[in-house]
Amino acid sequence: MEITSPAFKQNSAAALADGQLQKALGNVRAGFIDKRRKAIDALPEFEQLRDNARDIKDHALAHLDLYLEAYEAKVLASGGKVHWAESAEDARRIVIDICKSVNARTVTKGKSMITEEIGLNDFLSENGVRPVETDLGEYIIQLRNEHPSHIIAPAVHLNKEQVEADFRRVHTHLPDTRSLEEPEALLDEARTVLREEYFRADVGITGANFLVAETGSSIIVTNEGNGDMTQILPRIHVVMASIEKIVPTLEDAAQILRVLARSATGQEMSVYTTLSTGPRRAGDPDGPEEYHVVLLDNGRSAMLGTEFQDMLRCIRCGACMNHCPVYHAVGGHAYGWVYPGPMGAVLTPSLIGVDKGGQLPNASTFCGRCESVCPMHIPLPKMMRHWREREFERGLNPATQRYGLKLWAFVARRPALYRLATSLTVRALALFGGRRHRFRALPLAGGWTKYRDFPAPEARTFMQLAKEKGLAAKGRAP
Amino acid sequence: MNDRASKPAAPRVGLFVTCLVDLFRPTVGFAAIKLLEEAGCVVEVPLAQTCCGQPAYNSGDRADTRAMAENTIQAFEHFDFVVAPSGSCAGMLKLHYPDLLKGDAGWEARALAFSDKVHELTSFLVDVCGLTGVAATLGDTVTYHDSCSGLRELGVRAQPRRLLASIEGVRLVEMREADVCCGFGGTFCVKYPDISNAIVTKKTEAIDASGAKTLLAGDLGCLMNMAGKLRRQGSKVEVRHVAEVLAGMTDTPPIAGRG
Repeated sequence: MEITSPAFKQNSAAALADGQLQKALGNVRAGFIDKRRKAIDALPEFEQLRDNARDIKDHALAHLDLYLEAYEAKVLASGGKVHWAESAEDARRIVIDICKSVNARTVTKGKSMITEEIGLNDFLSENGVRPVETDLGEYIIQLRNEHPSHIIAPAVHLNKEQVEADFRRVHTHLPDTRSLEEPEALLDEARTVLREEYFRADVGITGANFLVAETGSSIIVTNEGNGDMTQILPRIHVVMASIEKIVPTLEDAAQILRVLARSATGQEMSVYTTLSTGPRRAGDPDGPEEYHVVLLDNGRSAMLGTEFQDMLRCIRCGACMNHCPVYHAVGGHAYGWVYPGPMGAVLTPSLIGVDKGGQLPNASTFCGRCESVCPMHIPLPKMMRHWREREFERGLNPATQRYGLKLWAFVARRPALYRLATSLTVRALALFGGRRHRFRALPLAGGWTKYRDFPAPEARTFMQLAKEKGLAAKGRAP
Repeated sequence: MNDRASKPAAPRVGLFVTCLVDLFRPTVGFAAIKLLEEAGCVVEVPLAQTCCGQPAYNSGDRADTRAMAENTIQAFEHFDFVVAPSGSCAGMLKLHYPDLLKGDAGWEARALAFSDKVHELTSFLVDVCGLTGVAATLGDTVTYHDSCSGLRELGVRAQPRRLLASIEGVRLVEMREADVCCGFGGTFCVKYPDISNAIVTKKTEAIDASGAKTLLAGDLGCLMNMAGKLRRQGSKVEVRHVAEVLAGMTDTPPIAGRG
């Protein structure tokens, strides 16, 4: 997909002016925040589970090579195949080769963010294979030729009326007079249409929430059961997973599952938790003939051992964006690539480069709400700051900003000069602030006064007054 | 603290006044001094203080931030306590300085020892001084905004409310989502003015809907942002730093004046 992250500001301006989007974003609070709160309040050991979840992932990341190889051996032993993909291009090639091996015309897909990351749908279409998204949200945005605006609720930027209009536009074989008032009617209609596709598909592609080294299983969680249909009905099941999805044991996966759904949707568990281990065995009533796993690196191993390693603990619950005031304001598309919100602000520069993704870690107030809800204790603001440091080191931020900062820092590092400069500035400001104690406009403060008045200072600085009153202490230790 | 016998009984507090209070709202600094003295502290204001360094730190400029951190530590480390009328600046001093100076043989231990002494004003009064109430009076309905760093980095939430509840005549009404960011974010508000405006607009809606006559918070940056927006929108809600009300120093016009 086209990367528009460098245009984050323009994207945001458009998002803020989009009435439909703003209306849809208004649902985030009741839909996610309140439900998560309730679920967590009902589980006294949540904080302990959170610590465990973090420790499990840290351990797995510290021994990533070991667990990946153990996982591979188990997949092979169960009759599956493992493909190692260093880049997005490698992964696309592996998938198309699998599709071509059975002359696949149609591929059904469960929800998978890394297939977005590698641009798989476009690539399949260009190569004569029709991808069909089976997650309701993904299906809707595929009809609209859009990309997900949220990692677990891909169509959260849309309102029901828009979806109804899309269904009427595309499902022309159904009667015009049908009622699509209720959300359930939309779901039923999508199910009916998709049912045909499941039987038509030659290959089913799913993502993975976990890869279990102990058993060689992949685990997906869904609420619609579409993942099961995608992986059971076609001849071939392809699991697309990035390497950091690995956990050592089933018990580990079970522990993290307890924080995942609660953090994501406020459910205790997702409706479906599906394990798949290898192709159909003799005597199995169903299942694919071939089972492939594509293990994608695409920049992740380069994060190991850096200040961004903790980001690899992310389990893609979406809690950070659900609680982010910036995400609430502009939605996910403004971030300009696959991963939005705080996790996207950290991950995007890692995957596409800070020169392209650098806007995102800057667009944060550092309010810290993301970190406070992250079930994996990922220090998101701290890592966003690390990206700003990288930018600053490389001189990537605007020159005016750099020089302004340097000038201010030069003064602030010299207390006597600082006191002089501030007292003069304050005197001037107080003089012009007048009796209203505020400014409607102020030179060099257009960003502020475009939307708010600027409070005028009192007449003198505190340090001047404190000095006069004999409160200020010049000396160091007595 | 080695030689306790020679120390005066009253704890010596260095007031880190913060650059915004220094420049825009000296009243908050004097209110802090009054509250600290009433709580039995001896307060001093080191002249060598400037800014905690957050604008540089959050812009990725570690070198300048370090210089400011070293300056601040040097100016304050001899006090028993370091108190700031801001959760954001106190969080910077307490949590980020040690991070910034980690691994530096000369500074790491000093930063950690310094960190132990740092407190945000209202939490210092309640948690360290054991204050349960203040002597002020104010016949007013107030609402309190939880500034992000104070709340999430330092756990400041109950302390200011507890002190406010002790004021005769004050009625505290909670706005919805009092713990959600106001959109200030330091340089964020001028780097991303459109988004900042969207966030503060939601905040001022919540403030107005609370029915309170006065908005209080513990951080001047957030207060200036919300006050500026309230004035621009023509709201009548007055805005003050919580220390002003706790110290009974409400003669100064509110932040950004009256509506």
